Parts: sequence; structure tokens; C-alpha cells
Amino acid sequence: MLTIAGRKFRSRLFGGTGKFSSPEVMKEALAASGCEMVTVALRRIDLNNPADDIMSVLDRDRYLFLPNTSGARDADEAIRLARLARASGGGEWLKLEVTPDPRTLLPDPIETLKATELLVKEGFKVLPYMNADPILALRLQDAGAVAVMPLGSPIGTNQGVLTRFQIEIIIAQAQVPVIVDAGLGAPSHVAEAMEMGADAVLVNTAIAVAGDPVRMARAFAMAVEAGRIAYEAGLGAVSKDAAPSSPEDGLGFLR
Amino acid sequence: MKVLCNGEAQEIASGTRVADYIRQLGLDIYSVVVECDGRILTREEYGSHELQDGSVLELIRFVGGG
Repeated sequence: MLTIAGRKFRSRLFGGTGKFSSPEVMKEALAASGCEMVTVALRRIDLNNPADDIMSVLDRDRYLFLPNTSGARDADEAIRLARLARASGGGEWLKLEVTPDPRTLLPDPIETLKATELLVKEGFKVLPYMNADPILALRLQDAGAVAVMPLGSPIGTNQGVLTRFQIEIIIAQAQVPVIVDAGLGAPSHVAEAMEMGADAVLVNTAIAVAGDPVRMARAFAMAVEAGRIAYEAGLGAVSKDAAPSSPEDGLGFLR
Repeated sequence: MKVLCNGEAQEIASGTRVADYIRQLGLDIYSVVVECDGRILTREEYGSHELQDGSVLELIRFVGGG
């Protein structure tokens, strides 16, 4: 069973709550995904539509909220969002995101490390969203991150695991759980990440924008489970040369 | 008196406390986090913290995100 910061998770699929067409669809899709932890963002209340509180449909006893610092462009902004998240009753769990460039939404490694160091001291359980950099993963782990979240590909792109080589090294080296996040656009992508030995994956866009988000959530849950079982069962070695699956002996009668 | 709430100028009665203001907006105080003049208020302070003319308020809450 996956354990992060002393908390156990039966499901290795974490969900996002953005981009769903309605709160009801979100609720049903998250239930179908089986996830136990969901990311949430913090934003200003729209004073012209203050009743529009979509998170009220989610049962806080069922889902652990993982507030993110999306929108932060540097460590100071992320720290401010983190403190607001804690004051909102979000607890100490935090998905730290520092993305200065709106075109790529790639995380700033220096600001992310800086914010991690400070927020860990303030008692946060920090899960930093990071580029798939094995050295940075170790630095964040040393700074006290309770897990690392390397990206498969840029947020919302559905491109899958483009960072395979680096993520393999991160998984081999990390002492904390590795959660592949961002860009996982199809069940095959999450199966790949889980087969590689990722501890968990986080999926939002691919489920939320699917033609049928509820069925897609189920497909992702099955793929995560299949990938994990395959990893635990031990995959065969990859080779360039063919190796027959049928016996080579006993063909004397043919020639 | 006037306060600046979420970037918008709002006219409120003097003596209004944060909890009163949140209720006037029809919001549940447990779903709102308040930053007043750059300081995050604890929920216990909502009932006692009186808004001042020119106060800058940010009312924040959880929304869907990834």
C-alpha cells in the first residue's frame, strides 16, 4: 500500500478537480476513479456570483484535499497561497507549483526548492511539482518534500510520458514516493508510468475533458492498477534481437 | 465607508465585522479564507475583526484545479 507522510492510500491514482463540465460530473467521475486524494486550487470569490461553490459537492471525509499553488510565479506567491490554503482548512498537505511561464507552465526549479525549504519548516507536507530532473528530485527530498511530482509532459497537453529516461532515474534514486503528474492523456500513459515503478500518478485534464468523464475515470483506474500489478510481477527484459517463444527443438520432421 | 474587496470598491456600514460581511454576501464562513490588509485572519477572528474605511480584503476559496 502506498504511504505518503504516514498516510496510507489504497488507490495510486490521484485526481484533479479542474475543467469538469459540472460539479455533478466531477463528483461522479472522482467516485469512479476510486481516488482518495484530489487537488484543488485557490482563487478569489467572484462577488457577482458568490454562491458558485463547486467544491461543496465533495465529501471531505472521503477525499483528502491537496491544495495546489497554481498561478504562483515565484516562491513568495506560492508561500502566500500555501498559507491561505492552510487557513482555508486545507490542512498541511500542499502541491507546490511555481510556474512563471504561462506558455509552457514548466516549473521553476530554483523557486520551487526555495519555497519547499521554507514551507517544510512551517510544517507543510510539501509535494513539489517539478521538471523530471533526478538531481532536483534529490535536492527536494533532502529539503523535506514528502513526495516528488515529476512531470510526464507539460500540464494539460495529454502527450504522455515524454520524460521517461529521467523519471526512471528519479524512481531508482528517490527515497520518497514518486508521483508522475501532468500530461498523462490516456490510460496507456499511466500504465506506462506505473509499469516503470512510479508510486502513483495524478490525472486531471484527461478525465475532466473526456467525452464521458465517468467512464474515462474508470479506464484510468484500471490502467493504474494494471501497471502497478505488472511492475510488482516483474516485466521481462527488453532486447533488440528476437527470441522465439516456441521451442527450437523438435523441428527435425520439417527438414 | 468603503473597502476594497477582491479588487472591487464596496460600500459597507461602519462597524461591520468580517463575519457580518461574509454573511451579507451569502457565503458560508467555513468555505472562505480572508486576507485583510495583507494578513490572513483565523476563522476565530472573523466575528471580532472590524473592517475599517479603506481596508483591503481578499476573499478566497477552493475551486477546481489540477
